[in-house]
Amino acid sequence: MRTIYFILRKEFTQLKRNRTMLPIIFIVPLVQLLVLVNAATLELKNISLTVCDYDLSPASRRLTSVFDASPFFNVHKYSFSTDEAISHIENSSSDMVLVIPRGFETKMVRENKAEVQMLFNAINGTVAGIGNAYANQIFIQTSKAYFMEFAGLTSGQLNTLNINAIPAFWYNPDMNYKVFMVPAILVILVTIIGMMLAAMNIVREKEMGTIEQINVTPIKKIHFIIGKLLPFWIVALVMLAFGLFVGKIVFDIPLQGSLVLLFANAAVYLLVMQGFGLLLSDTADTQQQAMFIAFFFLIIFILMGGIFTPIESMPLWAQWLNKLNPIAYFMKIIRMILLKGSTFTDIRTLFLSLSAYAAIVLTIAITKYRKVN
Amino acid sequence: MKTDKIVISVKNLIKDFGSFRANDRLNFDVYEGEVFGFLGANGAGKTTALKILCGLSRPTSGEVMVSGCNVYTQSNLIKQKIGYMSQKFTLYEDMTVTENISFYAGIYGLNFKQIKNKTMQLLSSLGLEGEAHKLIADLPLGWRQKLAFSIAIVHDPAIVFLDEPTGGVDPVTRRQFWKMIYEAAAKGVTVFVTTHYMDEAEYCDRVSIMVDGRIAALDTPANLKEKYNASSMNEVFLGLARHTSNK
Repeated sequence: MRTIYFILRKEFTQLKRNRTMLPIIFIVPLVQLLVLVNAATLELKNISLTVCDYDLSPASRRLTSVFDASPFFNVHKYSFSTDEAISHIENSSSDMVLVIPRGFETKMVRENKAEVQMLFNAINGTVAGIGNAYANQIFIQTSKAYFMEFAGLTSGQLNTLNINAIPAFWYNPDMNYKVFMVPAILVILVTIIGMMLAAMNIVREKEMGTIEQINVTPIKKIHFIIGKLLPFWIVALVMLAFGLFVGKIVFDIPLQGSLVLLFANAAVYLLVMQGFGLLLSDTADTQQQAMFIAFFFLIIFILMGGIFTPIESMPLWAQWLNKLNPIAYFMKIIRMILLKGSTFTDIRTLFLSLSAYAAIVLTIAITKYRKVN
Repeated sequence: MKTDKIVISVKNLIKDFGSFRANDRLNFDVYEGEVFGFLGANGAGKTTALKILCGLSRPTSGEVMVSGCNVYTQSNLIKQKIGYMSQKFTLYEDMTVTENISFYAGIYGLNFKQIKNKTMQLLSSLGLEGEAHKLIADLPLGWRQKLAFSIAIVHDPAIVFLDEPTGGVDPVTRRQFWKMIYEAAAKGVTVFVTTHYMDEAEYCDRVSIMVDGRIAALDTPANLKEKYNASSMNEVFLGLARHTSNK
């Protein structure tokens, strides 16, 4: 215990003096939260739209004006040639083309239905998919209003005409993307501190040669490892608290569930990542190597972990792969606890999986770590 | 002072790295209180042998006892009894003089009172009282090496291993450094030192010279000079090195 105390005291002294590490720990998370949460959004606004209105009727103008008034669409060109409109997509000045055929209004009045054509630039599949959904909403609402005013149908008759789905978004009723992103950024934050900084700290001693001096002392391997990992475990948890505080103040993220439960999960999750960090420090001889290897794994772990894209919509093999991805577990847990107010019963399986994972990785890492060669 | 008690005993030590044999059947004894010089050209296998004696590396075969402990099975006991200072700089540059002293003293198991006393004693004998709270990075190299040596023996070890301790140090500081080595030896500490400076070899009680993984010569500097009909250790060393390269 005394040995651990002396190592911890040394680590915190060095951490305090380190002029590159300290800003990384405190400023990076702030920047990440403030910039990334605002910038990395899947909400689409200002989809640029070219309208080909061949009908030029009150009904077609009305439809166009609804698109123009919507915050999601921006009618930037009118055209009388579908080919010309498509060329706007080809040169990327438009994301979408709306073609209203001749006889649109007549068909509306006579047959109570009419067709329009939508063409999307699907290079960015997200824009196409979400744009399509938004546009459909506009068609439903506009046609409904049109039938009520011009065809004289009552809303009762309308309901028999078409079934209108009104979505309700649970756990995030306003579809506030930031609420979804803040927990994800916090996961990345604690991961980088717990895994990468801890690994780099050990490798730094290798680089400077001081590890050799440590290895000739009677320090036990386990004491050294605890002394090296514990400081970053503590710092990561403090940063999680700090990040939650910033998230609450700046983005008003909901804190539905128990914070104690959240921190208990974070504590176990960090053990997994520290195990990986220790394995990494065993492999790498320089801080540069450690950083490259860490980035390689972190990028895969993070992008697969459901930060932007739901794991449920990934192909089956990817979902299986994610069973090995600790970030996926914690990403899910933190969102469940913060946004949904999940209790221990809800996340028990995830928590136990993480605990088993931590036990396995740490055991391998500690066994593999050698003072003697 | 040198006694007849053997503190390091090496019999038929072999260390292989794959097909390369770094140490080939080394045999030697080191006595308590002795200043033992371990010489050899770069790549002769000095550092490998030194690391085995310190428990940093495991021998391939052979019998090695350090301070009464077996290197195969009791390396942790050995570590309690030895001090080590490597050619690389081994203090933490981003910590102060006092912080470095109390860190190493702490992990060697000294209690807080002992740490305090040792720190005062060290600072005054090195004349570093004014620099106690300066970062190591701000100290000149010579001072750092003297401090590193003092820290290597902060827990009063039986043996201290010095791996090229005076590399890059000016002649005046080197002389002071050797004065410290003699002071430690006078207190009964065995000093096992590797060096490239042949004038330093003259200061040792006994010297071994390694060539290509083997011990080519082992005796007092005076006997070696007589045997090889040389006027200085430098000539002895060059003679041995040339002898093997002509082989």
